[in-house]
Amino acid sequence: MKVTVRYFASLRESLGKEEEELELPPGTATVSAVRAHLRARGGAYGEALAEKRLVRSAVNQDMVQASATVKAGDEIAFFPPVTGG
Amino acid sequence: MKISVQQQAFDLTREVEAIRKNDKVGAIAIFAGQVREVAMTLEHYPQMTEKAIRGIVEEASRRWQVMDCTVIHRHGELQPTDPIVLVAVASAHRGDAFAACEFIMDYLKTQAPFWKKEAGRGWVEAKASDDAAAERWNPPAKGVKGG
Repeated sequence: MKVTVRYFASLRESLGKEEEELELPPGTATVSAVRAHLRARGGAYGEALAEKRLVRSAVNQDMVQASATVKAGDEIAFFPPVTGG
Repeated sequence: MKISVQQQAFDLTREVEAIRKNDKVGAIAIFAGQVREVAMTLEHYPQMTEKAIRGIVEEASRRWQVMDCTVIHRHGELQPTDPIVLVAVASAHRGDAFAACEFIMDYLKTQAPFWKKEAGRGWVEAKASDDAAAERWNPPAKGVKGG
């Protein structure tokens, strides 16, 4: 299934990318599975999405836990903890 | 209720004037945040930001009496002393106004998708103290005074 993945702030800079369309392998059903799939690319992805890193996520513009499910057409975003205000 | 995520500056006086024109309102709590010491760029997630702030204000309105509320958050390049954020809450009494204003700020800090990058220093790290500040509102605060 196809999803859109967006990156923000330091994550966007590390990956040199704001957004990508992604065809997920069957069985990739949660945000943490998407993160693991991207991490498996290694290089900058392996580094920026390493398990030890604090990465927050959103699905369709709502902040979610890593266990949140994803479905075809979703917009999934990965970003560092927010620092507004 | 007014929520605005914008690049341009805002007029504090005008914003506060706008929410006090109601004879049921007896208290307006205002938080105004500004850039401290170092120029910065604020990045945000355009489609998500307003939605997240709206959710925070709605949650505050469930917990306290909020008669009107204005939240303005800027993004883009900002210089020291530039205003970044305004939260103004109008209520009948100060207890609700203070609590809702503080709650909205604490949640903005941890839930709204903004990221600060300081000139010459890089991305600002999130603070554990901000998480703790938001966490203390769970479960919902009880016994907030009127007045």
